Amino acid sequence: MSETVTGRPLEARPLAPSPLVHRRLPAWGPAAIAATAIALGVVIGLAADLSSHVQWGLIALVLFVAGTYVVTARVEGRRQAKDRVATSMVWACFVVAVIPLYSLVETTIAKGGGALDGTFLTHSMAGVLDNDKGGGVYHAIIGTLEQVGLASLIAVPIGLLTAVYLVEYGRGALATAVTFFVDVMTGIPSIVSGLFVYAFWIQVLKFGYSGFAGALALTILMIPIVVRSTEEMLKLVPNELREASLALGVPKWRTILKVVLPTSLGGVLTGVVLAVARIAGETAPILLLVFGNQYINTDPFHGPQSSLPYFIYEQYVLGTDQSYARAWGAALVLIAFVMVLNLVARLIARWKAPQK
Amino acid sequence: MTTTAPTEAPPRPASKPVTRPGDRIFVGLSRGAGVLLLLIMAAIAAFLAVRSAHAISGDHGNFLTTFDWNPQLDPPVFGIAVLLYGTVVSSVIAMVIAVPVAIGIALFISHYAPRRLAAPLAYIVDLLAAVPSIVYGLWGALYLVPHLQGLTSWLDTYFGWTVVFDQSDKGVVARSLFTVGVLLAIMILPIITNVSREVFRQVPKAQEEAALALGATRWEVVRMSVLPFARSGIISASMLGLGRALGETMAVATVLSSSSVLSAHILDPNGGTFAQNIASKFGEATAFGRDALIASGLVLFVITLLVNGAARLIIARRSEYSGADA
Repeated sequence: MSETVTGRPLEARPLAPSPLVHRRLPAWGPAAIAATAIALGVVIGLAADLSSHVQWGLIALVLFVAGTYVVTARVEGRRQAKDRVATSMVWACFVVAVIPLYSLVETTIAKGGGALDGTFLTHSMAGVLDNDKGGGVYHAIIGTLEQVGLASLIAVPIGLLTAVYLVEYGRGALATAVTFFVDVMTGIPSIVSGLFVYAFWIQVLKFGYSGFAGALALTILMIPIVVRSTEEMLKLVPNELREASLALGVPKWRTILKVVLPTSLGGVLTGVVLAVARIAGETAPILLLVFGNQYINTDPFHGPQSSLPYFIYEQYVLGTDQSYARAWGAALVLIAFVMVLNLVARLIARWKAPQK
Repeated sequence: MTTTAPTEAPPRPASKPVTRPGDRIFVGLSRGAGVLLLLIMAAIAAFLAVRSAHAISGDHGNFLTTFDWNPQLDPPVFGIAVLLYGTVVSSVIAMVIAVPVAIGIALFISHYAPRRLAAPLAYIVDLLAAVPSIVYGLWGALYLVPHLQGLTSWLDTYFGWTVVFDQSDKGVVARSLFTVGVLLAIMILPIITNVSREVFRQVPKAQEEAALALGATRWEVVRMSVLPFARSGIISASMLGLGRALGETMAVATVLSSSSVLSAHILDPNGGTFAQNIASKFGEATAFGRDALIASGLVLFVITLLVNGAARLIIARRSEYSGADA
């Protein structure tokens, strides 16, 4: 630092171009380029009479990226220009991803909100024709709750035990195989699990279509999700806790039940709730195994039922304005259900988070 | 311990720990759950294989190369050529769109977004993953299809010469494999983003800081230290997304206007996919027709098994990343 050596005050130093300091774009530079690009986009859009505002936006975006590159390359140099272009591309990626989510939520709320009222939530489709207004999702809500509940009753214990096996006992070839097939199982398409339960439960064992058959297929989809999340949570439990308990002479199984599981309870519950949210939206197995019903059937073991996702598909296929309205209404109910479950999962995670 | 035991404890056979009945039951239960899981996988493969063998032996067409799907005819003629083609094409379109965008979003969340925004943004991506596929299907069919018509006509007008983007019927409704691919891309964005983000976070800070200290711009840091480190993670994330796209049912069943035509024009409303074909034909199929559908399901099962298995093997080679969130 020459200033300190010569003792000259900083202010007196002339602003000579230093090889270490490059010219920078002023802070308002990007904003100015963006404003110019948008203005040009609007002008070109108006001039060429483009009806779609998406095209205006795209033109503005291309102009912005090109403009940024050219201006920055002149002022700051090539490398900085590339950096700024990369930054704007990354931002663009994010905006591109938010658009469909926003549009999806907005459309569902706008169209579903109209169909949603007291009648919609408390009535079934009994006696409602395709072109009739009204009708409701009560039977579908009952079906979804029962099927998802049954699936959770079977899948959660199996999933928890498998995770305990993998973390606490798992050694050797069996554990490796189970780990690998849990991973593979997460990738089973839902329709394939439906086909399997059809071949096994309905073709071979000769049971009829029922909510329980659907629940079996949902179980297959749910087990690997529960195993994965529980396994991660159990691994987070410090080994010192296990060792302390074992050193006191507590049997291993009591250690697991009284020390390991309570310690990781929050995370395990979060995983289970997220798994429930995941399978609540499954349609394909229901389509093959539960077969749909216009009427209220509260018995999941006998006879076809409906479910919220199935109801949406059924009403979509009918293809009338009235049935589309019902489909949107059911979609809103389903999304609300899944989002509430996600929220509950986050609250559990926060409530049970380890205190720091 | 400062006190020493006055007498040595009698030596016990330490190799034989005490086993209590409770322990034995608990081990049995948890190992049983693991074995049950393997049995379920084996049963899926076995049951699908048996029904498929029955169907394929009764097929009077070539199961691999026949275009039509008519198991109800006498003699039955059906094949998976169109389904295989449609499944692969729609998934490839989805990958081409989704992978770069997902990497961009993951980079945005891990390296570009303001600190305080990163967590809420990650949550938004999680929400995108939580939306049920049938809702995507409904939105895709009633909102995306009419809104994509402008784009498909534009592609046809300016890129029709590539054959791929040529529409035989100008301005036709966009219920094509292309639209399916776009919708699938939106649906698999979150999984690819989440896994990539997880890998980006694990890039050693020292490497990034070293690059910065040498005067690299942020993009150069990303290109020279983040992306090379994360390459295998990105590949496996993409393959997990591919596995999901291959098996997606309802979104395809609602959007695609299916037919047994195998066409290179991806903007034409033609073709079908395995899962879509099963969902839309199952209800009215005869007993033999259902076996035929199970046979196509087996092919889908094997394909997704291979893709997911490969993705997991790539992840497993990086022991530091478990892939738990996928």
